[in-house]
Amino acid sequence: MEYEAVIGLEVHVQIKAESKIFTRCKAGFGFEPNTLVDPVVMGLPGALPVMNKKALDGVIKAGLALNCTIPDVCKWDRKNYFYPDSPNNYQITQYDQPICEGGLVEIELSGDSRAAMGEHKKIQLTRIHLENDVGKLNHFTEDSLVDYNRAGTSLMEIVTEPDMHSGDEAFAFLTAVRQIMVYCGISDCDMEKGQMRADANISVRPVGQKELGSKIELKNLNSITGVKNGIEYEIKRQTRELKKGNTITQATWRWDADQGRTESMREKEDAHDYRYLPDPDLMPVRIDDEWKNWIRAEIPELPFDKQRRFIEAYDLPYTITSVLVPDRELSEYFEAAAKRSPKMAQAIGNYVTNDVLRELSETGQSLAECKVTAEHLLSLVNAVEKGTITKQIGKDVFLEMFKSGELADAVIERKGLKPNFDEDQVKVWCQEAIDENPRPVDDFKAGNEKALNALLGPVMKKSRGKANPQIVNQLLRELIS
Amino acid sequence: MSDTEKIDIEYVAKLARIALSEEEKAKFSEQLGSILGYIEKLEELNTEGVEPTAHPHPMENVWQEDVVSSELSVEAALQNAPKQRQNMVVVPKVVE
Repeated sequence: MEYEAVIGLEVHVQIKAESKIFTRCKAGFGFEPNTLVDPVVMGLPGALPVMNKKALDGVIKAGLALNCTIPDVCKWDRKNYFYPDSPNNYQITQYDQPICEGGLVEIELSGDSRAAMGEHKKIQLTRIHLENDVGKLNHFTEDSLVDYNRAGTSLMEIVTEPDMHSGDEAFAFLTAVRQIMVYCGISDCDMEKGQMRADANISVRPVGQKELGSKIELKNLNSITGVKNGIEYEIKRQTRELKKGNTITQATWRWDADQGRTESMREKEDAHDYRYLPDPDLMPVRIDDEWKNWIRAEIPELPFDKQRRFIEAYDLPYTITSVLVPDRELSEYFEAAAKRSPKMAQAIGNYVTNDVLRELSETGQSLAECKVTAEHLLSLVNAVEKGTITKQIGKDVFLEMFKSGELADAVIERKGLKPNFDEDQVKVWCQEAIDENPRPVDDFKAGNEKALNALLGPVMKKSRGKANPQIVNQLLRELIS
Repeated sequence: MSDTEKIDIEYVAKLARIALSEEEKAKFSEQLGSILGYIEKLEELNTEGVEPTAHPHPMENVWQEDVVSSELSVEAALQNAPKQRQNMVVVPKVVE
């Protein structure tokens, strides 16, 4: 019997803000334990929560970018449970009236090769709600230590329908959500800092069966690769159990990335009874069209739309767009130059994705610190296009521009890279190369096209790399025939 | 819930993490039962055409701008902790 997996994700994303969701205590990562706390965070008697406007703006922006419906009114509920990560013994969240409903996220599955665009699909969302993050437990042999710095951070939970079927799809979903969040400035989604976390609900059923199988909730998926690997492992495990004739008991499991396997945490018998109730400390939020409209106006062009436009408007190969587009800053950097000279866009794209990225990574600079601006890129591609310098010399000119911040023409002038000879001189060098290398000449005459390269080299050497290879190629052919 | 349905007082106590004596169980069962009885009475009301209310105060959109203005020292924050180490609250080992 053939089996298929059905996967739903719960993705938690921290909203970037100065203060926490229900109090104006500083929010942040990497601070000394329990230094980002106040009476509300610690759940001290009498402390009352007050909403952070920024958190509402952030989740509305996320909802609009992910094609959700934003109902007119949403409200706050308490989810009751006892666990030391929550000083209140309840989490403030949204139960029956979340801030965003429905939604669709476009994803791209991996293609046949890195140069090929993969299949695009749309994943259905159930809802997005807003809640407070909880503290962090550090486990030791004898006891656990609690740090409440994270507690109270603005957190949105994005819940999908059981609409995915493989680790690849889940991976693509998280990648797409992360890119949109970063593009919109809602969150940095750094999984190492816990700014984005995912749990997966995974079940397996015989192909053709309508009802879902018993699901396993998989926790501790701390990286996007962890999500992919954890889900793939769990699908294989459940399929193996079902093939053996065993049944799956609904339960919570965790992914152990070090061991590369999943393990059971608890059976559903001790499932929580959260006793949700409306939070009397917080007022409902009404969101009108005016509010939605100004937030909508702040949403930039989203990554897949930009990618389609880059391919269309600039005739860029997929590979270049797949490096440029995931990074909003890089794509804008590229476009600042490309829109001024669309015909040269591919050459610009090549410099950006190869030379700029390589030098930034080697020098540890950020794009904002880079001395090579749109102006520089244009001066360089123009010099190559006009034939003032060869592509090869262009690479050296780029390095000089990167170091000194001069435009290409200034570098060419200063380093004397402009050819100081005319075409007749090149012809002389070509004839010399032909005379000095009879064997490749014979090979070429016999029909071996590649033999010409053995003549090209000596000519380039004679010209100190300044001759235009295309012209040399042409001259060689003429002289031999 | 109908009033004939017995309140699982032990379950409720377990959820609230409190230990009850036999007398307390009997006493609270009765009290909770009367609360549920009152809710049932409310259910008799005709609420057709009445919007559900999330909050008794007719207020909406109460918030502050995102500006940091509140803090508490580590010492004060941990003052009530029965045990602390490395500026963190020590709790029995719990793995969830």
